[in-house]
Amino acid sequence: MSASSLLPLLVLWPLAGGLLGLLLPRGAGPLLLGVSTGNLALAVALVDALAGAGKVAHSVGGWSTPLGIALRADGLSAVLILVAGAVAPLLALYASAAYAGRELRYFAGLFLLFLGALNGLFIAGDLFNLYVTLELLGLSAVALAALGGGAAALAASLRYLLATITGSLAYLLGVALLYRATGTLDLLQLSGQGPALPGGAVAFALMVAGLLLKAAVFPLHFWLPPAHANASPPVSAALSALAVKAPLYLLLRLWLSTYDGAWPLVAELLAAIGAAGVLWCSLQAVLQRRAKLLVAYSTVAQLGYLLLALALVPAAGAAAYGAFTLLLVSHVLAKAGLFLAVGNLARRAGHDRLDGFERVVQHLPLSASAIALAGVSLMGMPPSGGFNGKWLLLQAAIATGDWWLVAVILVGGLLAAVYIFKLIEHTFGGSDRPDATALPRRMEWAALTLAASAVGVGFLGQPLLRLLGGVP
Amino acid sequence: MTGQACYAVLGALLFCLSFHALIIAVHPLRRLLAVNVMGSSVFLVFIAGAGPRDPLPQALVITGIVVAVAATALGLNLLLRLAGPAEDDRPSAGQDGS
Repeated sequence: MSASSLLPLLVLWPLAGGLLGLLLPRGAGPLLLGVSTGNLALAVALVDALAGAGKVAHSVGGWSTPLGIALRADGLSAVLILVAGAVAPLLALYASAAYAGRELRYFAGLFLLFLGALNGLFIAGDLFNLYVTLELLGLSAVALAALGGGAAALAASLRYLLATITGSLAYLLGVALLYRATGTLDLLQLSGQGPALPGGAVAFALMVAGLLLKAAVFPLHFWLPPAHANASPPVSAALSALAVKAPLYLLLRLWLSTYDGAWPLVAELLAAIGAAGVLWCSLQAVLQRRAKLLVAYSTVAQLGYLLLALALVPAAGAAAYGAFTLLLVSHVLAKAGLFLAVGNLARRAGHDRLDGFERVVQHLPLSASAIALAGVSLMGMPPSGGFNGKWLLLQAAIATGDWWLVAVILVGGLLAAVYIFKLIEHTFGGSDRPDATALPRRMEWAALTLAASAVGVGFLGQPLLRLLGGVP
Repeated sequence: MTGQACYAVLGALLFCLSFHALIIAVHPLRRLLAVNVMGSSVFLVFIAGAGPRDPLPQALVITGIVVAVAATALGLNLLLRLAGPAEDDRPSAGQDGS
């Protein structure tokens, strides 16, 4: 199989699996596990192909760019597809234990559609297919968030839906303006053209605003905490770890490629809202009394770091680009593990109020360890992916002379330590309750594996950065 | 050419109006409708930007309409479930298959 035919397969395989999962009356568990493992194999094959070639491209059906659909993968696409592919089988393993019957079938179908949309987004070569995959991702994410079925989950999903469509439409309006000015939607043909176009600045503002809303970046994060905190654990993990990263990826592509990192004001604005997000949402996380809300606010805070790293890329180059990628990868793994582990605790306690958590460390030792390991990466302590990412980010901030950013990064790390220790304190302390129900072990192992991988990324920094390549 | 510019301006105005409606509306159905109008306004701008012999925007807008229909259906379904028990499959909403 040639390397370029991997690209359409990465979209078709999970999409076909998702449709099959919704249609088949039974067997959703094995299907979910099988398809997501196959997807991981495809992702590894793509990484292997890219290690030699650097870039892979494919025109669907042999049609060239103005009419056809171009799929392209570079180092960043490969890293993101690999990490999403690595998380998926573990979420599938967890879900096959946590759900049964109809709920498992719906999760399997929707999650595989979600995965297909995510893969498609990371390899889409033109602005319109990016819109379509963004919408597919948003709609399947909303449906996943509504799976719980309770009134709070439904209300939160509706809010999520309205936010995600509004964001997509603002983005699409920007795309329409770009098409009006250039007559093309292809990312390669548009490369570097954005700033000089008539209406280019307006289009950029619309697209960025829409994507920031979809990524739930502070202060547009209002919809995220209720939606993520009211979903069930594997869904929260998928949404917090993967769904919000996709719009940020697209923002990076647009700004660095189409707009060539233009306008110093953009970098300053992104850094300012990133810093505000790190500080404000870390503080919110510290103040939460429900464990899942704490973890959800931590997500918005960590998205702030990604924005800081992105803002520094035009000035600091490779260090900031590497920081963005390492922080993103380690947050995906740590947050997925953390949400699953907290989900285990909440399932055992019957609620997720921090002050009512029992001394679960004796009953759920693996989940407690997962919280501790994920915490190490989120706080940015060595050795972990989070530490490597923050280290590169600090280097980038020092190189560009942005000393206030150094202060924000350090204070954000301290606040992360406070909310992680708050979580750990309630996990390891409190009273014992012997009558609680037992949990399937694989639900614990899935959480622990993810959290341990976040720490493990600390040792894989160099290979990942080599795969990533230079700033596009 | 002026006709096209006219449509583009109309689309931009509709976008602002529907965004305003989305912000001030309280009832979720009104918000969903506002988002629908917003979608139509974007499609209008897209079509207005096309040259007379350019089929691409029309193909894109048809795709966009399909996406908008799917999103609206999902939103209406969520709304119905929020509003109260639906006549057919209410008890099945997110329960373990028993």
